[in-house]
Amino acid sequence: MALLDVENLAVTFRTADGTVNAVNGLSLSIEAGETLAIVGESGSGKSQTAFAVMGLLARNGLASGSVRLDGDELLGLSQSALNKLRAQQMAMIFQDPMTSLNPYLKVGDQMAEVLTLHKGMSKRDALKDCVAMLDAVRIPDAAGRLRMYPHEFSGGMRQRIMIAMALLCRPRLLIADEPTTALDVTVQAQIMELLAEVRQEFGTAMILITHDLGIVADTCERTVVMYGGRVMEQGATTDLFATPSHPYTLGLLRAVPRLDIDQDELATIPGDPPDMSRLPKGCPFTPRCAFRLDHCGDVQPELLAYRDVRRACHADPEVVK
Amino acid sequence: MTAFILKRLAIAVPTILLLIVFSFLLMEAAPGSPFATERGVPPAVLANLEAKYGLDKPLLQRMGIYVWDVVAHFDFGPSFKFKDRTVNDLIAQGFPVTLTYGFWSFLVAVAVGGSLGVMAAVFHNSWLDYLAVGISIGAQVLPNFVMAPILVLIFTLWLGWLPGGGWRGGQIEYLILPVIALSTSYMASIARITRSSMLEVLNAGFIRTARAKGLPMHRVILRHALKPAMLPVISYLGPAFVGMITGSVLIDVFFSTGGIGQFFVNSALARDYSVIMGITILIGALTVLFNLLVDVIYAWIDPKIRY
Repeated sequence: MALLDVENLAVTFRTADGTVNAVNGLSLSIEAGETLAIVGESGSGKSQTAFAVMGLLARNGLASGSVRLDGDELLGLSQSALNKLRAQQMAMIFQDPMTSLNPYLKVGDQMAEVLTLHKGMSKRDALKDCVAMLDAVRIPDAAGRLRMYPHEFSGGMRQRIMIAMALLCRPRLLIADEPTTALDVTVQAQIMELLAEVRQEFGTAMILITHDLGIVADTCERTVVMYGGRVMEQGATTDLFATPSHPYTLGLLRAVPRLDIDQDELATIPGDPPDMSRLPKGCPFTPRCAFRLDHCGDVQPELLAYRDVRRACHADPEVVK
Repeated sequence: MTAFILKRLAIAVPTILLLIVFSFLLMEAAPGSPFATERGVPPAVLANLEAKYGLDKPLLQRMGIYVWDVVAHFDFGPSFKFKDRTVNDLIAQGFPVTLTYGFWSFLVAVAVGGSLGVMAAVFHNSWLDYLAVGISIGAQVLPNFVMAPILVLIFTLWLGWLPGGGWRGGQIEYLILPVIALSTSYMASIARITRSSMLEVLNAGFIRTARAKGLPMHRVILRHALKPAMLPVISYLGPAFVGMITGSVLIDVFFSTGGIGQFFVNSALARDYSVIMGITILIGALTVLFNLLVDVIYAWIDPKIRY
C-alpha cells in the first residue's frame, strides 16, 4: 500500500467572483521513503494540493475526492483528528522561511511545543531533543540558539530550523512547498543537500513542490507535472526529462536556461497562466499549446500510459518534440 | 531598557515644562477674569484681590513663580474660586474618584472589547462575527453623553435597580452606570482594532506553521496569535486610558460623581486659572507616562524592538 494515495482530488474556492477550481481530478501516490516532485508554474495548484493533504486549506476552500494516508481517509476528518496526524505522520515546510516562524516566540519554545504536545515530553527533555535536531540540520551552537528569536537568524538558517521542527516527531511524509524559492542560490543548494541527507537519515518520504526543474532532476525519483490544476504528465524523473512527451513538459524543459550552449534568448511558453475561474472544458493548456488539435479545448484528455510515463494529451506523442 | 526608560523620563521633563508654559500663556490670552461678576467689582477691591493672588505682577514673573512652585514644591497654588482650598486639595479629592471608575472602565473596555474582537476574527464571517461587529458599531455610535441618559432612563427610572448619580465612596451600585457609560465607545474601538489585527495575524505564515504542527486551535490563538494581535490594541490603550480620565468630564457632570472632570469644567467657566492649570498638567503628565508605558510593553512583547 502506498504511504499517501491521492485520488481524483479537487480543490475549489468560493470567492466573490465565483468558484475557482484550483485542483481538478488530481491523482498521485507516493511510497514510503520515496521522493516525488510536483512541478508547474505559479497557480497550477501545486501548493493547494499540499494544503489539501495537510487539511490546511483556507476557510473558503473545499477539497473533494480522496486522500489516504496509510489507507486512512484524511478528507472529512475533524481538525482534532488531523492534529494527531500532523507533525507525527506528516509535516510540512513552507516557501518563505522569513514568515513561517513566529517572530514573537523563542525558537526553542516553538520547537519544543511540538514534542510536549504530541509526545507528552517535559519541556526539558523536549529541548534536549531540539538541540539534537538542530545539530542534525547543521546549526552551530544549537543549545544557545534555542534561546534566540527568529529575526536573529538568516533566511537559510530559518529554513533549517523549519526542517528541524518538521522532523522532530519523525514523520513518514514531509511536504516541502518550494522550500528554497525565497533563498539565494548558494543557500538553496545547501538546503536541498540537507533535505536529501535528513530524509535518508530518517527514512522520510518527501513531496517536493517546486518550479525549479534543476532541483527536481537532482533530488526526486518521480515527477508530476501540473498545469491548470490538472496532471499533465507523470513518471520517473529521468524518463520524463529525457523524452518529454507532453507539450507543457517540453515547454518547461526548454525554458530552463542552459550554460553549456550559446543562447541568445531564453525560450518561453507564450501566453499567460490560465484564469482558474474560467478554465476551458478540455485541456487547460490548449490556448498556449503549439501542438493543439481542434478538439483539445473541448475534450479533457485522459491520463494514459505512454512508454514509461503517463500523459494527458490528445496530440500524438511522436509529434511532440 | 533601564537606560531607555530614564532617557524617556528625561525627555518627559521638558515636555511637561513646555506644557505648563503653553497652558499658562493660553490662559493668560483668554478673555475674562476669575473675579468678574455681573455687577462688577470696585477697582480698589479688584486691586486687592489681584495683589492677594499675585496677579499684579508682570507676566513673566508670575509664570516663573508658578513654575517654581509646581516643580520645586509640587504646589499648584490656591483655587481662585474656592476661597479656602488649594488645587492640591481639589485634585486629592477628585482624582481618586476619577481614577477608580476610569480604571474599572478601562478594565471592562479591554476585557469585553478584546474578547469580542478575538471572537469575531476567529469565527470570521459567521453569525458570531456579525453579532460582535453589530455590537461594536452600536456601541461606537453611542458616545458617553448619549449613553449616560439612556442608562439612567432604563436602570434608574424604569427598572429602579441602580442609583442615577452620586458616589458614596465608590460603592459598587454607584459605580456600575458610570463605568458602562464611559467604557462603551472605547470597548467598541478596542473590539474593532482587535478584530482587524487578529484577522491579519491569523493569515500570517507562522499561524499556518502552528496549525501544520498539529496545535489545537485554542492553542494556536492563545500562544501564537494573541501577542502580535494585541500590539495595535496596546498602542491605542495608552491614549485611551488618558481619554477615559479626561472624558470623565461628562460622567462627572451627569452622575455627580465628584471627579476631577467636574472641577475641570467649572474652573474653565470660572477662569479659575490655577485649577485649570493643575488638572491640565496632571493629564499631560499622565499622557506622557502612559505613552512611556505603552513603549515599554511593546518592547516586552516584540523581541525585535530593542531600545
